[in-house]
Amino acid sequence: MNRREKEEYLREYSILKSQGKPFFPYAVAKDGAMACVTMAVIILMAVLFGAELGPKADPTTTTYSPRPEWYFFFLFELLRVVKPPALVFVATIGIPTICLMLLLLLPFYDRNPERHPLKRPIAMIGAVATVAAMGYLTVLGALAGPPSQVDIYVAPEYERGAEVAASAGCLGCHRIGHNGNTLGPDLTNIGDRLGRDAIARTLVNPTAPMPSYEALRENDPEQFNQLVDFIASLRADNPHSEPEGDGSGH
Amino acid sequence: MSLVPKFMRPAPPRPTERDGAAPTPAQRAKANAAEGGAGLVGYLDERTGASPFLRGFLFRKVPKGTNWFYTLGSATMFAFVSQAVTGVFLAMYYEPDPTRAYTSAAHITNDVFLGELVRGMHRWGATVMIILIFLHMGRTFVFGAYKYPRELNWVIGVVLVVLTLMMGLTGYLLPFDQRSFWATVVGVNINASGPIMGPYLADFMRGGAEFGQSTLSRFYAMHMMLIPGLIGALIGAHLYLVSKLGTSAPPWLKAEKKSLKREEI
Ligand code: HEC
Ligand code: HEM
Repeated sequence: MNRREKEEYLREYSILKSQGKPFFPYAVAKDGAMACVTMAVIILMAVLFGAELGPKADPTTTTYSPRPEWYFFFLFELLRVVKPPALVFVATIGIPTICLMLLLLLPFYDRNPERHPLKRPIAMIGAVATVAAMGYLTVLGALAGPPSQVDIYVAPEYERGAEVAASAGCLGCHRIGHNGNTLGPDLTNIGDRLGRDAIARTLVNPTAPMPSYEALRENDPEQFNQLVDFIASLRADNPHSEPEGDGSGH
Repeated sequence: MSLVPKFMRPAPPRPTERDGAAPTPAQRAKANAAEGGAGLVGYLDERTGASPFLRGFLFRKVPKGTNWFYTLGSATMFAFVSQAVTGVFLAMYYEPDPTRAYTSAAHITNDVFLGELVRGMHRWGATVMIILIFLHMGRTFVFGAYKYPRELNWVIGVVLVVLTLMMGLTGYLLPFDQRSFWATVVGVNINASGPIMGPYLADFMRGGAEFGQSTLSRFYAMHMMLIPGLIGALIGAHLYLVSKLGTSAPPWLKAEKKSLKREEI
């Protein structure tokens, strides 16, 4: 905005302001009504949904379900889109930082003096696209389902291992069959790429952000071995990964 | 003597209006009342000089066309106040110690009178505040209210969004159940994957290289003192600018030039 536009705006504004109503009681009444609605909604949600408290946190167990609050879903979703580990920090830090800077500096690069939304097509299209993208990522994150179910056919001898994998929350970061997140590599056919020992080594000595399952090996070697056997059994030539058509799963 | 506190009464007439005719008895009575204090309110006013400020704040005009969308900011503030009040009650029972945090959260939920309601209000109040802050941001965006002369208020607003999200992140760990613990571990590990600052930031949040005692106390201190203090101060600055600059008028209104003459209230 140049000086003339600024002065014009201020003149126009002071007229509109002088034609308005006093803040008290007119705006205060509306704000008060809105505050009552806000309070009512908060209490209603508290009564309807309560305050759940899951089992106690135990850093030594492996029951692991890294599910954030819904308003961080879009960030977690962003992580799944970006696959190569070298680029992970682009998704986790890079994109959010750039978006934040664009938001923060908006008044300084958007120098269009026009204020009517229909006369700012570029700004409005950008905003709608941003909201749509965030909404889409949030919905995807919400639909990802609780990361605690292994949803493929498992041969009877590996069933115990599948249970351990489910309760250890590998699906919070890995996909097995149709279920799970894609923060880490897909494990559906991991047995083709990694041997049993390599998998055991990864579990004890992983790369961040994957947590170490060394505690499980120390405390319950049997479960640990069942887990490793199950993961190693995930191979393309096993019955679980035969094509199932539409992917509706079991 | 009038019982109406001084700041609620109309401002004394301007010199130009007083010109000419002698004041009527009613005007004289009003002027007299304006001098004396109305009991306690008058006492306070005489010593604080709050009247001009309150009069300016309460009776400033909001522009023509102000509608319900303009209540979203104050509703956000109200949600924040609600979080502060319920948070104080939770802090009376909560113990930020890894061995006792979960037990104290369970105690609040199961034993304390209305404890589950207050925890629920704090929990869902966070969701309500996030929704309101984004709606308010959307309103100021669509109305073009972030443009001259209100740019700085937008900048303060974006910082408030970040701080509010950080409240969500730090608060999520506090109940110390499996979900909150592991989600926070991943959140902090994500931070650690960032370039240059990442590992330091993660160490700062954890209070060391590992999750432990100091992690919980740090999150607790950030969640109930550092971040709310910053939010409170920034809301103050935000509102100062709002009352100084006035709220913008809806962009589709145009002033009618002929009504330029001064108006009565
Ligand atoms: C916090 C998320 C997370 C969890 C939980 C997790 N992982 Fe991982 N995992 C990862 C990431 C990220 C990688 C990739 C690391 C890298 O780039 O080297 C990985 C790598 C692996 C690999 C090596 C894959 C390859 O292609 O080299 C295996 C095997 C593995 N994880 C198994 C598991 C198992 C089994 C569990 C459950 C007991 C599990 N992970 C839980 C995030 C996770
Ligand atoms: C804790 C959070 C916040 C509180 C309590 C708050 C409060 C308020 C209040 C009470 C107003 C008066 C007018 C109205 O309600 O619309 C206002 C105006 C404004 N807010 Fe906020 N706000 C917050 C966050 C934000 C955010 C996140 C932004 C944007 C990034 C923002 C940008 C603005 C702008 C530009 C105005 C001027 C609007 C106008 O003049 O029409 N605020 N805020």
